[in-house]
Amino acid sequence: MADLTTEFLGIKSPNPFWLASAPPTDKEYNVRRAFEAGWGGVVWKTLGSEGPPVVNVNGPRYGAIYGADRRLLGLNNIELITDRPLQTNLEEITRVKKDYPDRALIVSLMVPCDEESWKAILPLVEETGADGIELNFGCPHGMAERGMGSAVGQVPEYITMVTEWCKKYYSKPVIVKLTPNITDIRNPARAAFQGNADAVSLINTINSITSVDLDLMAPQPTIDGKGTHGGYCGPAVKPIALNMVAEIARDPQTHGKPISAIGGITTWRDAAEFMVMGAGNVQVCTAAMTYGFKVVQEMISGLSQWMDDKGYTSTSDFIGQAVPNVTDWQYLNLNYVTKAKIDQDACIKCGRCYAACEDTSHQAIWMKPGRVFEVNDAECVACNLCVDVCPVESCISMVELQAGEMDERTGKVVEAEYANWTTHPNNPAALKAAE
Amino acid sequence: MANSQTTSGIVAGRLPADRIAKNFGDLHPAYQPHEAAVAADRCYFCHDAPCMTACPTSIDIPLFIRQIATGTPEAAAKTIFEQNILGGMCARVCPTETLCEEACVRETAEGKPVEIGRLQRYATDTLMARNAHPFTRAASTGKKVAVVGAGPSGLACAHRLAMLGHDVVIFEARPKAGGLNEFGIAAYKAPNHFAEREVAWLMQIGGITMEEGKALGRDITLAGLKADYDAVFLSIGLGGVNALRAEGEDKDGVRDAVDFIADLRQSGDLTGLPVGRDVVVIGGGMTAVDAAVQSKLLGAENVTIAYRRGQESMSASRYEQDLAAQNGVRLMFNLRPVAVHGNGSAAEIELEYTTTEGGKLTGTGETIRLKADQVFKAIGQTLTDAPEGIAIEGGKIAVTGAGRTSVAGVWAGGDCASGGEDLTVTAVAEGRDAALDIHATLTA
Ligand SMILES: Cc1cc2nc3c(=O)[nH]c(=O)nc-3n(C[C@H](O)[C@H](O)[C@H](O)COP(=O)(O)OP(=O)(O)OC[C@H]3O[C@@H](n4cnc5c(N)ncnc54)[C@H](O)[C@@H]3O)c2cc1C
Ligand SMILES: Cc1cc2nc3c(=O)[nH]c(=O)nc-3n(C[C@H](O)[C@H](O)[C@H](O)COP(=O)(O)O)c2cc1C
Ligand code: SF4
Ligand code: SF4
Ligand code: SF4
Repeated sequence: MADLTTEFLGIKSPNPFWLASAPPTDKEYNVRRAFEAGWGGVVWKTLGSEGPPVVNVNGPRYGAIYGADRRLLGLNNIELITDRPLQTNLEEITRVKKDYPDRALIVSLMVPCDEESWKAILPLVEETGADGIELNFGCPHGMAERGMGSAVGQVPEYITMVTEWCKKYYSKPVIVKLTPNITDIRNPARAAFQGNADAVSLINTINSITSVDLDLMAPQPTIDGKGTHGGYCGPAVKPIALNMVAEIARDPQTHGKPISAIGGITTWRDAAEFMVMGAGNVQVCTAAMTYGFKVVQEMISGLSQWMDDKGYTSTSDFIGQAVPNVTDWQYLNLNYVTKAKIDQDACIKCGRCYAACEDTSHQAIWMKPGRVFEVNDAECVACNLCVDVCPVESCISMVELQAGEMDERTGKVVEAEYANWTTHPNNPAALKAAE
Repeated sequence: MANSQTTSGIVAGRLPADRIAKNFGDLHPAYQPHEAAVAADRCYFCHDAPCMTACPTSIDIPLFIRQIATGTPEAAAKTIFEQNILGGMCARVCPTETLCEEACVRETAEGKPVEIGRLQRYATDTLMARNAHPFTRAASTGKKVAVVGAGPSGLACAHRLAMLGHDVVIFEARPKAGGLNEFGIAAYKAPNHFAEREVAWLMQIGGITMEEGKALGRDITLAGLKADYDAVFLSIGLGGVNALRAEGEDKDGVRDAVDFIADLRQSGDLTGLPVGRDVVVIGGGMTAVDAAVQSKLLGAENVTIAYRRGQESMSASRYEQDLAAQNGVRLMFNLRPVAVHGNGSAAEIELEYTTTEGGKLTGTGETIRLKADQVFKAIGQTLTDAPEGIAIEGGKIAVTGAGRTSVAGVWAGGDCASGGEDLTVTAVAEGRDAALDIHATLTA
C-alpha cells in the first residue's frame, strides 16, 4: 500500500485528508473521534475574539439539493463561526494536539479587521501548540455583515494587511482561506501571498439560496417565515472549486505556491483530481457531514490503490501533474478533429442522444428504422453532448480523425500541425498581427 | 373436525382464515412515495419511447414517470387516464413483462426494466384516492349510443363517448358491471373491491346510464338498439368455454375454470369456498394459471396444470408460469386429457402424451393417470350471443379499422371482436378507439 504521508508547509500528516473548519471540527469530542477514524488533520472550527461568543439561529440552519434516491448533492448553511467560548476551544485544542502529535491541527480564525484584535488572539493560539492557523476570509453570511469573513476576503488590500499582521504576531504557518464569492480568484490569492501567506486554501462556501418553500413563499431553510442566503458546499460545488484551484496553480504570480483544496471533495478520486491540479492536500466538510467520519477510510484505500496502480510512491509524485495541461481556450488545437461514434452493441436504443442532438445540437444523429442510431459525420461538430447524455458508459466515444483524413463536415483534410485561434484567419487580432 | 389440505373431496375451509387473508392479499404491494421516487428516477425519458409503443393504449410513459419524479403523481395519473381510463386496473393486471416493461431499454441494458406497472398504480391510486374525477364532459351532442357489455372495453368506450358529449346507456347481462375485471381477474391482483370502486369512479364523468341484468338476445335485440340509438358498441366478451372432448367430462368435479374464478371473486368469505384436494387444470393460458394458483392459495394439496403443447407454446407469460411454480403448482407439458375416471364424481384424470410434428399435435398413445377430485377446464373461451346477421371471422365478430362491424352503425371491441390480444388493456384501447370513430361518424 502506497505511503500517503503528506507534508504541507512542513506540517506532516499521515494522509492528505484534513477535515475543513466546520461542525465536524467544532470541539474536542469530534476531533478526537475524527483522528481515531483516520483523518490526517483538522482545521478547527473558526474561533472569534475573546468575549461573548456569537449566537446561531435556533431554527433550521441547513438546506439541501438532492439527486436520485435523496443523494445529497449540495448543502447550504447559515451557521456562524464557533458559538463556544474562546477559552474552552483553546484548552481543548491544546489537549488534543498533545495527544495527537502526528496529526495536523490548524486553528481557523476570524476576528475584526484591526491589528489589535489579531495581536490579542494570536499569542493565545500560539500557546496551544497547534501547527498553524487558517484565516477565515470566506464565510459569506452573518459574519460578513459585521465586517469579517468574506467582507475581508473580497478586498485584496485587506487580505494582504491582515495576513501581514498574522505573520508579524504568529510564528507558524499562516493559511489564507479564500471566498469564491468574487469575480477573479487570482486577485485575493495574489494578495494573500503578497502578505507573505504560507498557503491559500479554497473554496469556502458559495452564496446561495437552495430552494423556496412554495407554500410559505420563503427561502429554505425557513426561520419563522423568513430565510436568508447561506453558503453552498458539497459535491455540487466541486467543479467551481476545481477551476479556482487551477486558476491559482497556473497563474504565473502564484504558480507553485502551496494550496489546500476544499470544495465538494467526496471520494478519493475528487481528492486526487484536486491534488494533480496543484493542491498539496485537501479538506473535507460536507462528505463527513453526510456520511460520518468513516468516509475517510474509502478515501485512504482508494488513493492508495490508485497510487499503487500508477506506481506513485509518494503524494508529491503526482501533486500538480495536471497543471501544465490547463491552458486558455485560444491555445487549444483547432486541428484536433473528432467525431462521435456509437457502439451499436452497447447501445440500448433509448434515443436520448438523438433527442439531444436533433433538438439542441447539430442534427447529426440519424434515427434509422429499428431504432438504430448513427452519427452523421458530415454534421457532427464533436460537441460531446451525446456522450454526456447517453446513459450507457463508453457507448459513444469521440474518435480522433488522423492527419490526412477528411473531415466530412468541413470538407477539409485534417492537418497534422497544431494550430490555434491566435493564428486563425477568422481571428481579427491574428490578421492585425500578420499585417 | 375442521378440514385441512389433505381432506379428500371438494371441501371448504382447508386453510385457516388468516392464511387465506394473507394468500389473497395484494400481489405487489403499493409503492410508498420514496420507493416511487427511486423507481421513477430510473426512467431515462427515452425519445419516442419503446415502452410507449409497446403499450396497447399508448400511454405517455416517460412523461407520467417524470411527473411522478417531480412530485406530481396526480398530473401523472391524468396523463395515464387520458389514454386509458382503466389505467388503475391495467396497472395491476397487465402482463407488463410482455408489454411495456419488456420493451423498456433498461430491460435491454440490465434485465431490470423500470417498474412501469407499479409506477402507474402509484399515480392512479394517488388520484383515485382523492375520489375526484379528472375529466369533464363536452357540451351535449344530443346523440345517444348503446354499449352492450360493461367489461373494460365497454366501460372505456362509454367513458370516452360521455366525455365527448354523447349520452350512453350500457346494457350488461350480469347483475354487476365490470366484466372480467369483476369476475375473472385473479383475486390477488385487484383486492379490496378495486374493480367495483373503479367502475364507480369512472361513472363520475356523468352521462352514462348502467342497465344491469339486461342481456342482448334475451332482453334486448340489436335491431331494437339500432332503432333507438345513434350507434351501438358491442363488447360482450367471450361467454362460452371450449369443451374438453374427453370421456367423463360430465362427471361431478369437472368445471369451467372461469366459473370457479367468478365464484371466487364474488365470494364474501373465501374460507367458505370449496376446492379439491387434488386439482388438475387443463390449459396453458392466464385462466389456467389463475385457477391453479388460486386453488393452491385456497389450500388444495396438489395442483397440476396439464398443457397439451410444450412450455414455449404456453400463452401464459414466463412471469405467470413462475408465479404458478412459486406457489407450488406443478406444470406438466405435452399432455392432453383423454378421460376423467371416477364413480359419479371425478377421482382421476387420464392424460395422453403428445408430440408436435410439422405443426400438428398428435397423441403418442402412452397415457398417465393423475389423482383429480377436481378438474378445471381452461382451454379457451368462445363467443356466444353474437347477434344474427353480423359477420364472424375466426370465431369472433369481424371488425375493420376502429372496430367497425359488417353492420353499419354497429361497432365492436374487446375479446368479442377480431384482432388484438385478449387482454384488459387491449379491450380498453379498442373501446376507446371505437368511441373516437363513433364520435367522428356521428359528428361528421
Ligand atoms: C380468468 C381470466 C384471467 C384473466 N387475467 C388477465 C390478466 O391478468 N390481465 C389481462 O390483461 N387480461 C386478463 N384476462 C383477459 C381479460 O380479462 C379480457 O381480455 C378482458 O376482460 C376483455 O374485456 P371485454 O370488455 O372485451 O370483455 P369482458 O371483460 O368479458 O366483458 C364482457 C361483458 O359483457 C357482458 N355480456 C356478455 N354477453 C352479454 C350480452 N349478451 N348482453 C349484455 N352483456 C353481455 C359480460 O357479462 C361482461 O360484463 C383474463 C381473463 C380471464 C378469463
Ligand atoms: C455548517 C457549515 C459550517 C461552516 N463553518 C465554517 C467555519 O466556521 N469556518 C470556515 O472557514 N469554513 C466553514 N465552513 C466551510 C467549510 O469549511 C468548507 O470550506 C466548505 O463547506 C466547502 O467544502 P465541502 O464541499 O467539503 O463542504 C462551513 C461549512 C458548513 C457546511
Ligand atoms: S458530438 Fe454533438 S454534434 Fe456530434 S453527434 Fe454528438 S451531440 Fe451531435
Ligand atoms: S443515448 Fe446511448 S444508449 Fe441511448 S440511443 Fe444513444 S447511443 Fe444508444
Ligand atoms: S423505455 Fe424504460 S427508460 Fe425508456 S422511457 Fe420507457 S420506462 Fe423510461
